[in-house]
Amino acid sequence: MNEQQRSVQNIPKTIIMLLLLSLGGQIILHNKLPPPNIKIEKLTTPPQAELLNILTLGDPIVGAKILMLWLQAFDVQTGQFLPYQQLDYNKLQQWLEQILLLDPNSQYPLLAASHLYSTVSDQKKQRLMLEFIYRQFFIDPKKRWTWLAHVTVMAKHRLKDLPLALKYAQAISAHATPNMPRWAKEMQIFILEDMGELEQARLMVGGMLASGQLTDPKEIEFLNKKLLALEK
Amino acid sequence: MKQIITLATLVALEALRTSFFVVIVMLLLVGFGLSIFIGQTAIVETVNYQSSLLAAFLRLSAIYVISLFVITSMVHEFHNNSIYLWLSLSLQRSSYFIGKFSGFALIALLTATLFGLALLNYVPYSQVGLWSLSLFCELLIVIAVSLLCVLTFHQVVQSFSMVLGFYILARSIGAIQLMALNSLSNSQSLTDQFINGFIKLLAMLLPNLENFTQSAWLVYHTGSFNSLIEILLQTAIYVILLISMSLFDIYRKNL
Repeated sequence: MNEQQRSVQNIPKTIIMLLLLSLGGQIILHNKLPPPNIKIEKLTTPPQAELLNILTLGDPIVGAKILMLWLQAFDVQTGQFLPYQQLDYNKLQQWLEQILLLDPNSQYPLLAASHLYSTVSDQKKQRLMLEFIYRQFFIDPKKRWTWLAHVTVMAKHRLKDLPLALKYAQAISAHATPNMPRWAKEMQIFILEDMGELEQARLMVGGMLASGQLTDPKEIEFLNKKLLALEK
Repeated sequence: MKQIITLATLVALEALRTSFFVVIVMLLLVGFGLSIFIGQTAIVETVNYQSSLLAAFLRLSAIYVISLFVITSMVHEFHNNSIYLWLSLSLQRSSYFIGKFSGFALIALLTATLFGLALLNYVPYSQVGLWSLSLFCELLIVIAVSLLCVLTFHQVVQSFSMVLGFYILARSIGAIQLMALNSLSNSQSLTDQFINGFIKLLAMLLPNLENFTQSAWLVYHTGSFNSLIEILLQTAIYVILLISMSLFDIYRKNL
């Protein structure tokens, strides 16, 4: 077969006209049609992880990624942003949990819970997201401590709930790993100080210094100063 | 016109000779088996489950077998050089193409009708009629895309992959558009603008297959004459566009 093409002049004019007209028709029709997904839908309960596994054809990682993007796009329907306030947070929490079951190494659902869905004004919904992070932390503290640290700060400064912040900080401290920065382990000291529990804070700092695990001279100096300040 | 009818008849004969309809009957049997299994499994809304899953299975099967039949038939035509024989006769290239397209359209019409008949057991005939007509329109678009791809690539793997990619994209472009709208970072970088523009362009150039052959018509009987008008208009415009592109290509080919 000779691959060399013939000149455009060999094409009948009617075909070129037809091509241009139908292309114009397609563009006009596209602009006349309504935008996708007119109906605003409610978030439903997610299927079980086993079923999701089957639906993703045995590739849960890809399934988790697609589901997360779908969930993230759920608040954008008819091209408009719906407030997170309108989402059912119990169901949202279940979806995030199922996605994490499909891909336990993914940090995306935790980021979405701690940074996006927890920005609502409704404190009840905020607390639901914070508790979700708290529960998920125990599954893999080594990888998930940063999200709990973030929600500890949120509990302290945004919710002004110091006992809750202390609960989170204590969980981080109790599951501390050598790679975790010191500030994360020391969060509870500052929260105890803010709560007026100076005696407990002093004991904690004293315990840390006495454990002999601290090697950084600057950190030892800082904690010594802190201990002195607490003792005054 | 006589030449077109002859070519269309030859395509229909080829389908009969290559046992195309045996595959269709086998697919119907598998579909019936599937619906009986679902009937045994579903506790409530059994008929709804049966009709929707059977319809989804038949719809995808129809797309698959028709596009594969078009592509393999045309590749065969190129490989055994019969296309050169046809074009050496006093036959216009456009008549050759339209004849082939009409033959494939006839096969698609029979397939859509047979698959529609299989659903009559579960769904009222008016909704089945709408569903079958919509499936036929969808198949016409798939035939036109398959012909365009096979004229460009002359190979089964490349052509079928292109058709598959086109179909998946045309069915999911609505969802892709929504995802693109939801840029959480609200970044207006050049890359974001390019991607958004590209998706808009794709949506403009692809047919709106999301609205075709909907399961909701079978389950909730929501199909109406209005939905049919939109589908017929979209099919007419898109099929003419694809045929014009193919003719443009075939007239430029040095065959």
